[in-house]
Amino acid sequence: MSALVRVEDLHVRFRTAERTVHAVNGVDLSLGQGEVLGLLGESGSGKSVTLRSLLRLLPERRTQTKGRIEVAGHDVLALEGAALRAYRGKVVSMIFQEPMLAFDPVFTIGDQIAEAVMRHERADRAAGRARALEMLERVRIPSARRRLDAYPHEMSGGMRQRAMIALALACRPRVLLADEPTTALDATVQIQILLLLRELQKEFGMGVIFVTHDIGVALEVSDRLAVMYAGRIVERGSARDLIRATAHPYPRGLLASTVHGAMRGRRLDAIPGAPPDLSQVPEGCAFAPRCRLAEPACVAARPPVVEIGEAHVAECRRPVTGSVPAEG
Amino acid sequence: MSELAGPARGYWSNVLRRLMRDRVALACILVLAVILLAAIFAPLVAPGDPFRASMLRRLRPIGTPGNLLGTDELGRDMLTRLIYGGRLSLFTGIVPVINAFAIGTFLGVFAGYSGGRANMAIMRTIDVFYAFPSVLLAIAISGALGAGIFNSIVSLTVVFVPPIARVAESVTTQVRSLDFVDAARASGAGALTIIRVHILGNVLGPVFVYATGLVSVSMILASGLSFLGLGTKPPEAEWGLMLNTLRTAIYAQPLVAALPGAMIFAVSICFNLFSDGLRQAMDVKL
Amino acid sequence: MSVPAPDADLGGPAQPLLAVRGLFRHFPIRGGLFNRTTATVQAVDGIDFDVVKGETLGIVGESGCGKSTTARLLVRLLDPDRGELVYDGLPVGTQDGLSLREMRRHVQMVFQDSFASLNPRLTVADSIAFGPRVHGVPAAEATARARDLLARVGLAPDAFGRRYPHELSGGQRQRVNIARALALRPRLVILDEAVSALDKSVEAQVLNLLQDLKAEFGLTYVFISHDLNVVRYISDRVLVMYLGRIVEIGPVDAIYGAPRHPYTRALLSAMPSMDPDRRTLEAPIAGDPPNPINPPPGCRFHTRCPFAADVCRTRMPELVAAPVAHGHLAACHMADPASGHPQAETAA
Repeated sequence: MSALVRVEDLHVRFRTAERTVHAVNGVDLSLGQGEVLGLLGESGSGKSVTLRSLLRLLPERRTQTKGRIEVAGHDVLALEGAALRAYRGKVVSMIFQEPMLAFDPVFTIGDQIAEAVMRHERADRAAGRARALEMLERVRIPSARRRLDAYPHEMSGGMRQRAMIALALACRPRVLLADEPTTALDATVQIQILLLLRELQKEFGMGVIFVTHDIGVALEVSDRLAVMYAGRIVERGSARDLIRATAHPYPRGLLASTVHGAMRGRRLDAIPGAPPDLSQVPEGCAFAPRCRLAEPACVAARPPVVEIGEAHVAECRRPVTGSVPAEG
Repeated sequence: MSELAGPARGYWSNVLRRLMRDRVALACILVLAVILLAAIFAPLVAPGDPFRASMLRRLRPIGTPGNLLGTDELGRDMLTRLIYGGRLSLFTGIVPVINAFAIGTFLGVFAGYSGGRANMAIMRTIDVFYAFPSVLLAIAISGALGAGIFNSIVSLTVVFVPPIARVAESVTTQVRSLDFVDAARASGAGALTIIRVHILGNVLGPVFVYATGLVSVSMILASGLSFLGLGTKPPEAEWGLMLNTLRTAIYAQPLVAALPGAMIFAVSICFNLFSDGLRQAMDVKL
Repeated sequence: MSVPAPDADLGGPAQPLLAVRGLFRHFPIRGGLFNRTTATVQAVDGIDFDVVKGETLGIVGESGCGKSTTARLLVRLLDPDRGELVYDGLPVGTQDGLSLREMRRHVQMVFQDSFASLNPRLTVADSIAFGPRVHGVPAAEATARARDLLARVGLAPDAFGRRYPHELSGGQRQRVNIARALALRPRLVILDEAVSALDKSVEAQVLNLLQDLKAEFGLTYVFISHDLNVVRYISDRVLVMYLGRIVEIGPVDAIYGAPRHPYTRALLSAMPSMDPDRRTLEAPIAGDPPNPINPPPGCRFHTRCPFAADVCRTRMPELVAAPVAHGHLAACHMADPASGHPQAETAA
């Protein structure tokens, strides 16, 4: 399977007058056609920064990006001007946690979707409106025809999220980037949106990178999972392997400390400490200071990438193999 | 309660350290300090007597031996008069802002914290004053009260209360809606304690920054009042008044005539830049 | 005259620590030319429940269900339009009951936003000491208490006491907020989404801390959250809210094991499955929660309920006890054999 998205050795640094933040420190990832990759991590792990780099959405002046990003044959870091604008929305588009960010409050939903179609496909206004209506129906917005002329603030949270998905998919992008799109939603709405995304992904056959901090959400949508910590991917594999044969101590700890099922009355096996300060890149394994299994070598040098199973790797000197993590 | 009252020291020492690293602000503080000290110790610093006129030495140019910055239309030494003039000019510039800071903050915090009808009554009344251009308002009040330093200070205070009260009210309203104020209420604290410990510490800073920016406006307005004959009376030395009396000499000695204006300009610019630096230094969220 | 506040237990373990009776709170929305009331948000619309001594009562619900308004009503940051709070047998805020100021020593709250709930200009030790100072504790003693509490929540007093909120991480700030809530030695702590903004690994640390503190200080918790997993983990009893009303309340195992209200069932099956081989196939209910402005008549859930019958559209259901499980009540016509709902439970 030839990769649709290929990221090699991506580094992203943010510089301000006072300090430098090393947000992403060598990320490699690939995404096949029609595949859903879940990018899991806590705040500050670099998951959103990685995602935004794929669309070149990071503030240009303060950001230093190194490495290589290739999406559907485009060398993304080299794109400029018109080529970049054509790439955004047509090849890759994105949905956000807060749909109000994606919409301009002074235009109707229908006009904004139609405008995107007109710009990318040189279609006329009627064709754009027709596509907008079709998309709103596809994302199952009730009375879609009437909603074409609604303004973003006139819709409820769940409807806005659907409308944003319609906007993102209107030009049939080959890759959809989802940045915590269900985090702000209520539980009963979240599951509707997850199911909708899964269905549209199959129908359109696009590749999806889904960033979330919620393991449950990631498992609902992803074929493969990658877990990020301190700007690096520490473990990746199929969703099934990653949850059943977790090898790296960080995702193991995350699973053990995520409350679910019948854990009542038991003390949670919490990961001690807090994520590292990213003003410097750690020499060795960034997780070592919080890791129960860490040995001196872990702090001294970057751990090796170990193959755990088929297409399942962990970057760890002492991966746990063979056993199932704490059952929930 | 002494430990808790007011903003904690650690924050202000932090602000001071950051302010000291700001070269522009530091330079402005130095310039202002020199002018202020010179004005205070004018009898010791000034080369001559600000009132001794001489018909023989009228309108000498800058650089004249004995009159380093020349002489005015009555032959008085400009350097001496500029130093003495700083006394009144700085006084009439700064005192109204201090008064307005006290009154405006009180009104604004009271209105912002109590909300509802009290807020409505105070803020709408203030809006009435705010509707007039500040220059016109100052002239109108001074004119009604009559000329004199005291009256010009009163009128300038009235001019500056509304803007300061507005800033104080809006900051207070913001702070009041934060959870830590609710937490303080939930611990049983009364309104006065909450205002003293939790509101003022967060409101005084931004309002103070705003007020330092007003000093320059106040100086210019005070000078303007003197220029119009509504503030200081001759033969007192005051920059605005000096600018007025020297205007007849604008063709004969343009540079000398411009000196009081240059002083007003320098001091107000310094206050503005200092205010900007202070604002940046006080921005803790970094 | 207010009765002096009881420090010790008054009515014995059987008397609820806090009884909530018929609590209402509506917010008018003003607009138009003369600032008239154009609509009303029925944030909390008639709720009754008890908080049992020593328990953790979980409150769950979606946005707009009124759980945060309930939290603010319980600590009286908001005044109810109607209804009363009875703290250990003493009516709160009445002539012959408990004064608000005294009640506040006993009932404290932890907020969701750890940053906004700390004064940025005070050191964390001063923030913790503030409550005791207000209640007349001498400065030295209040500071000592603050240092002691910092140590109890796992922050070394020498290293953290003189720091400012922006110098701490989110988890550390939330520990400070918990210490601040405990500084008045309360018996009841309302936790309003107190762990929701934290990362999972930090959330687990704070949940452990909350359980330790509860045992150590003999606390009673009201734990408000949208996270059903966390509520299940920490609560003894659970209360489910929908559009300002209680739809179901009962022991945690009954609510999660045998939910009786269709909304509770929907909420539970909307939780993501943790098994990649058994993904959720169908959304349990469609649509968004309706707006609490002008909620539907009758049962408020009938607009999204797959079992809605005529009676649901006209009559508001009351909380009805389950025939078997003790203390398990649901406000659904199907749970009430006398309601006339075609699918109403017959005895058993």
